[in-house]
Amino acid sequence: MTAYLIFVARRFGQLLLVVFLGISATFFITHMTPVDPVAETISVITNFSKADPEAIELMRKTLTELYGLQGNVFEQYISFWSRLLRGDLGPSLSAFPTPVSQIIFRALPWTVGLMISATLISFLIGNALGALAGYYRKSRILKIVSLGLIGLQPIPYYILAFILLILFGFVWPVLPIAGGYEMNADLTLSFSLVLDIIRHSILPALALVLVGAGSWLTGMRALTSNIVTEDYVTFAELGGVGSTRILRSYVVRNALVPQLTGLAMSLGAIFNGTVITEIVFGYPGIGTLLIDAVHAGDYSLVLGLASLSIVGVAIAVFLIDILSPLLDPRIKAE
Amino acid sequence: MQTEALLHTPKAASEPILAVENLKAYYTTKAFGIDRDIRAVDDISLTIAKGEIYGVAGESSSGKTSLIKTIVGAIRPPLHVVGGSVCFNFEGQAYNIYDLGPDELQTIRWRHLSYIMQGSMNVLNPVRRIKHSFFDFAFAHMGLDRATFWDKVREHLRRLDLDPGVLDSYPHQLSGGMRQRTTIALATVCTPEFIVADEPTTALDVIVQRDVLTMLRDIQRDLGSSFLFVTHDMSVHATVSDRIGIVYAGRLVEEADTPTLFRGARHPYTQHLVASLPKIGDATRRASLSGRPPSLADPPAGCRFHPRCPLAMDICSKQVPPLNPLAPRHRVACFAVSGATS
Amino acid sequence: MFTIVRDLIRYNIEFAIGLLILLLLIGAVVLSFFSPYPAADIYVVPPDMPPDAEFWLGTTSRGQDTFWQLMIGLRNTLGFGVGVAFLSRILSLVVGLTAGYAGGRTDRVLMAINDSIMVIPQFPILVLFYFVLKDNMNWLMLVLILSALGWSYDARLIRSIAMSLRTRPFTMQSVYSGMSMRKILVEEHLPYVMPIVFATTMNNMIWSIGMEITLSVLGFTDVDTPTMGQMIYWANSHSALISGIWWWVAAPVGAIVILFVGLFLLSMSMNEYIDPRSRLNRMGN
Repeated sequence: MTAYLIFVARRFGQLLLVVFLGISATFFITHMTPVDPVAETISVITNFSKADPEAIELMRKTLTELYGLQGNVFEQYISFWSRLLRGDLGPSLSAFPTPVSQIIFRALPWTVGLMISATLISFLIGNALGALAGYYRKSRILKIVSLGLIGLQPIPYYILAFILLILFGFVWPVLPIAGGYEMNADLTLSFSLVLDIIRHSILPALALVLVGAGSWLTGMRALTSNIVTEDYVTFAELGGVGSTRILRSYVVRNALVPQLTGLAMSLGAIFNGTVITEIVFGYPGIGTLLIDAVHAGDYSLVLGLASLSIVGVAIAVFLIDILSPLLDPRIKAE
Repeated sequence: MQTEALLHTPKAASEPILAVENLKAYYTTKAFGIDRDIRAVDDISLTIAKGEIYGVAGESSSGKTSLIKTIVGAIRPPLHVVGGSVCFNFEGQAYNIYDLGPDELQTIRWRHLSYIMQGSMNVLNPVRRIKHSFFDFAFAHMGLDRATFWDKVREHLRRLDLDPGVLDSYPHQLSGGMRQRTTIALATVCTPEFIVADEPTTALDVIVQRDVLTMLRDIQRDLGSSFLFVTHDMSVHATVSDRIGIVYAGRLVEEADTPTLFRGARHPYTQHLVASLPKIGDATRRASLSGRPPSLADPPAGCRFHPRCPLAMDICSKQVPPLNPLAPRHRVACFAVSGATS
Repeated sequence: MFTIVRDLIRYNIEFAIGLLILLLLIGAVVLSFFSPYPAADIYVVPPDMPPDAEFWLGTTSRGQDTFWQLMIGLRNTLGFGVGVAFLSRILSLVVGLTAGYAGGRTDRVLMAINDSIMVIPQFPILVLFYFVLKDNMNWLMLVLILSALGWSYDARLIRSIAMSLRTRPFTMQSVYSGMSMRKILVEEHLPYVMPIVFATTMNNMIWSIGMEITLSVLGFTDVDTPTMGQMIYWANSHSALISGIWWWVAAPVGAIVILFVGLFLLSMSMNEYIDPRSRLNRMGN
């Protein structure tokens, strides 16, 4: 037990390091450029209406304070962290003065929901097919299905989502290709709303599953075909243990540990994919919000989204990491 | 050890429990345009009687493990059977291993035929407690309800001087010797009639080796099972085996009862193996055999031992010596012994 | 080297197809230098022409020949992938070999940083870069940024090989004969990891080109260097699909899919060549 706690503590240290490096990177990226967010903001606002110089000066003062840009770089860095730890990401510019955190948390459930369901589906399908394809190596159907999924795997998320959009938007328009729900939907919880949300999530999820399943399949198939040569599998076969039992309790059970580590390691990439897919389908999550923020020149929203993505993914990686020793009794502290 | 071996009484050759006839199994590999056949089991015939402990001896990579894998039907590509048959006789019924379907094979495994694998360090599923292995392997074969089944398992473990607490352990928590003894307990819990043991003592230290050998002997006495016992260690054979077959480069070169083999081996290779054993009170230097065992992918023509054989004649490099009976229960494949007339 | 390639072509159909695709793409790159029109010029041909004998892949709404746009786009996209792969290989070699050879604290520090970079989601970071750099974001800048983000996974792979090399007798021999660490890594260990470096190059190109395409399609890169993603960006901004100019979209999307499948086949067959276990599995089939 203490060994497990040491393991968790180490992983937690790694989590803190990821967050520290990631957030520092975002801070310094935004500060290494000559772009002055305050001037940017003022120019965006004054684009639409003429303001007198006094009002602009007042605005400049307020914005400098809001963005935490007083003092030298080091002071700014410290104040950036302290505001971040309080969950204060500043006000959004495009929806001034709504706090950025409030806007992000409105979009977050869409992204998290899409990402979790698509990841679960592709992880389950990919691993199940991979285990079967690695164990029943002669099956023709499994070979064809594997080939199809593996062939889709290298295609960038954007392109695959785009192809689905063309297929289901122009060639065979049966599914909604944009948004998270019908434009004029009644947003009180009802069966039809849930159904509508599911219908809208099918294409984005399908894009993610089609790209994701192939890599789980390849990994699982390789692991399976290595594990079936292990002594404990041969021994179980000689022991007359049934083949479904061998596949489930001996092969898959042992392959799951490295696959789970793989899931933790590729979570960042999966998040990228989710965000990109959202953009293609105009899904109302983090991705679409990020693009809108860029186009609106919303400095604090972009910064907030980048920071939050890093923290969110790092925490998810940590949670998956500390799960793996529960599957493999041999992993204690490394 | 020698004297103990002499106490073995040759068992009467009743109906055999295992008959292997002209068995051939090759590894066929095909990679980047090069086809190779490795003749790991090349035309081997032998029979084993009920209650007999049959030892198979030979250097490493002589094809011992391939032979027993082929006998128990545990082969996987690239190893495949090229010819011959393996026939077991359990409770008056004949089972031809390579005529059985997978389901029939599964029903005789463990109930009648069990196997103690080489490298027993990794034969237990590393991520599950040992009790799950006992359940998976034995429950279906024993046809008992759960409570009675676990009583039986615990009783079996206690009889073998193992603490039933091992059931709740993971394999990595046990020492090498404990793991091996647990594996043997697992292999014998269904009281099988035929047990194959492949180098069961090799990776263990001498003290633990003795425990394991004693355990195997006790099991054999209690259950009356037949054993196919494989090890390269001739002194272990002297202690355990009733009858010994010597394998060289995929072929059986000599076979005799243990006392006969140790006192009157006729094949030059066997003579060398026996002579290399240490004897109490004999301080002379042991001669080692020159040369190395041949590659099974490209074995020498004729008798495979002839390049290293002190008695090699012309014919030895041209013809394969047949395994001829020299006396009852003693077969030798050597032209120098049986004459070159056949 | 030559015999390896010959054997792979002869006995590994994936490698042969992948190589064929790669050669076709290199052909396209060479061809792009003979383009009759400068890449950035618009309205040089009649716009919106469907594919015919004169314009093989039709023309765009901006009055450009889709075929020549595609060739030039392929050149820039491939060049981008090669550039990122080259720079990030150097980074991953330095980090991987050093961490694997030095071990101890150096290894722990390097791997902690390595693992952090591995899990940080890159897309928001890249968008952030564009957001602050705006017009300063050009082709070369993106190469540098992606190189800085794309080395970590392969560094881990190289480290694991370097760790096993460290315990080999020849390394000991070099240490006792007074070779410097730099010399041991470059002269003794580098040749052992080169095969894996080649195999990871393909995966790295798949990743970086995918990123570049995504950013370009969103308009988050330099709009003046035409790449595959740029083509889709311009097609989208002219609503090519809605107005039925399907060839403008189909040409780059088709080329991208072919490019990725080719790179993937090469990477897969090279990995299989390196890993004897998967070769054995193939034989067992």
